[in-house]
Amino acid sequence: MIRYILRRLLWVVFLLFAVSFITFVIFYLLPSADPAALRAGRQPNPALVASIRHQLGLDQPWYVQYGRYMKNLIFHFDFGFSYQNGVPVRQLIFSRLPASISLAAGAAFLWLVVGIGVGIIAAVRPRTKLDRASMGLALVGISAPVYWLGLVALYLFSSDIGLIPILPGANSYVPLSEDPFAWFTSLIMPWCVLAVSFAAFYSRLLRGNLTEVLNEDYIRTARAKGLSERRVVFRHGLRSAITPIVTIFGLDLGILLGGAILTETVFNIPGIGRLSYSSIVRSDLPVIQGTVLLGAFFIVFANLFVDIFYAFLDPRVRYE
Amino acid sequence: MSALLTVNDLKVSFNTEDGVVHAVEGVSYEVEPGKTLGIVGESGSGKTVGTLTIMGLTRAANTQISGQAIFDGEDLLSASEQQMRAIRGDEIAMIFQDPLSSLHPFFTIGAQLVEAIRVHNKVSKAAARTRSAELLTMVGLSDARDRLSSYPHEFSGGMRQRVMIAMALANEPRLLIADEPTTALDVTVQAQILELIAELQAETGTAMIIITHDLGVVAEVADEIAVMYAGRIVEQASAAELFANPQHPYTRGLLASIPRLDRDRSSGLDPIAGRPPSLIAPPSGCAFHPRCPRAFDRCPAELPPLEPAAAGSEHLVACLLSPEERSVKQ
Repeated sequence: MIRYILRRLLWVVFLLFAVSFITFVIFYLLPSADPAALRAGRQPNPALVASIRHQLGLDQPWYVQYGRYMKNLIFHFDFGFSYQNGVPVRQLIFSRLPASISLAAGAAFLWLVVGIGVGIIAAVRPRTKLDRASMGLALVGISAPVYWLGLVALYLFSSDIGLIPILPGANSYVPLSEDPFAWFTSLIMPWCVLAVSFAAFYSRLLRGNLTEVLNEDYIRTARAKGLSERRVVFRHGLRSAITPIVTIFGLDLGILLGGAILTETVFNIPGIGRLSYSSIVRSDLPVIQGTVLLGAFFIVFANLFVDIFYAFLDPRVRYE
Repeated sequence: MSALLTVNDLKVSFNTEDGVVHAVEGVSYEVEPGKTLGIVGESGSGKTVGTLTIMGLTRAANTQISGQAIFDGEDLLSASEQQMRAIRGDEIAMIFQDPLSSLHPFFTIGAQLVEAIRVHNKVSKAAARTRSAELLTMVGLSDARDRLSSYPHEFSGGMRQRVMIAMALANEPRLLIADEPTTALDVTVQAQILELIAELQAETGTAMIIITHDLGVVAEVADEIAVMYAGRIVEQASAAELFANPQHPYTRGLLASIPRLDRDRSSGLDPIAGRPPSLIAPPSGCAFHPRCPRAFDRCPAELPPLEPAAAGSEHLVACLLSPEERSVKQ
């Protein structure tokens, strides 16, 4: 197990290298705006643009730039400076991370509770009206785009433009450290909107798994022992049916920690997602690199945790 | 001696998308304390559904059940789910066909045994664990204490079935239902498991229903044998009588399709022609008539009742042929 983890960690390092390299190459191969010209302002003169280009190191070949970037990253944990405003990328990322973590963690809690709850109810009452209604609703939830849901939610409930103005709308995010209550209320809508499609997907997945598991021979054995139906479903059934959910949950959470671009944009939450979106718009390579690497970091580690956790969940899995 | 379990005109049918499946169509039998009833039939003859229904394990919105199953003076078919839970695993226990899929893959053997004990007995975990180790020793597993922390996938098929037997016997049931207990096992292991079941049955005095498609299995352990076809019992007699004097053409067919060492090899096997009937639209009259070599004009028209093969005999058979005609060698 230890050897397996070490080998996987080596892979993580290699993967992050590959990701940074590919991002760099794509940025230079594909057409994009000239960062120096963007930085120079409304009326740039060639001399100013050239001096900015030199200042940012853009006048050197891409492999020299890449080598310098990686050297700073590895030896000083330095992600460089934003082309746009010269702020260190590390500082930008760490100031944005709490908002993304708040959004992802709250939504994840919500969709796990709702998804698993609905999935169980639908699975133990297959083909009833309740089952069909919840699964039909889930299908709608999966199909509804998150930006559309976000706008509808704002239109219905936000305190400024809503029909029923009961919740703070877009642009109301307050850090947890400043005002926990305002933090909570400002995130209620984003949490719900982000959780909808996940909750819907998880409930359908769990319903499918659990219905299948409840037809297994070992469930018949559990019933033949004289166990209560509650114990049969929750201890014997759910134990098997939840395993694939754990896998997907790890990956989904990993992806979201790297920024929920659409939700953050609709609700104007200053998280990693909006940071990466604005950096792409402004051809701000160091920030793009930073957010991409952060996202990749969360995803590969989520993968690793899921694989290790799996060995504890399923005793038949053993890593050599 | 009065019977431990009396099944009276048990009928079970399921509504499915293809139509109503008549799995069991009026089955009656008795099991006496300490005795073994063998129920024999092809897959789809209703033998498993019948016993699962007695255990209350087929209850569902799409299932119709009628008849009686009197166990110890109480009708199991009309008992509440709560009453059934108290009986399942305590008074009546089951052993299933495939011991790999019948044990939970994520729980240790010990956890599964302890659970079976503690559902019906208020004992500490430690006491239940000690009892579990005793049970494993009883079914012939060495190092029982250490085995408790193993998972099912770490055991061989035969060992897993021994665990299932230990679990079934955990609360000293008065009736043990073994559903194809040896089918999924290697031939050499089959014999060991049958021997173990017979031994433990003799020790504990529990009654048993053994369900199988294999006449060789019931020959070894059963006192009484019921042969089922398309949801009905077509022949019922003591084991010795049935093998010595089979009456129903279907029973004869089953016997003829078993390889035997004492028969000339060149004579070959006689499989029963055709396939088991559909339980949604079973053949009219005697359900076996389309496959029966002795069928005549009355067979598609009349349903033969299960009657004594001869006046006063305990050997029952459901066949329209006269006793004289039945005994003629084909």
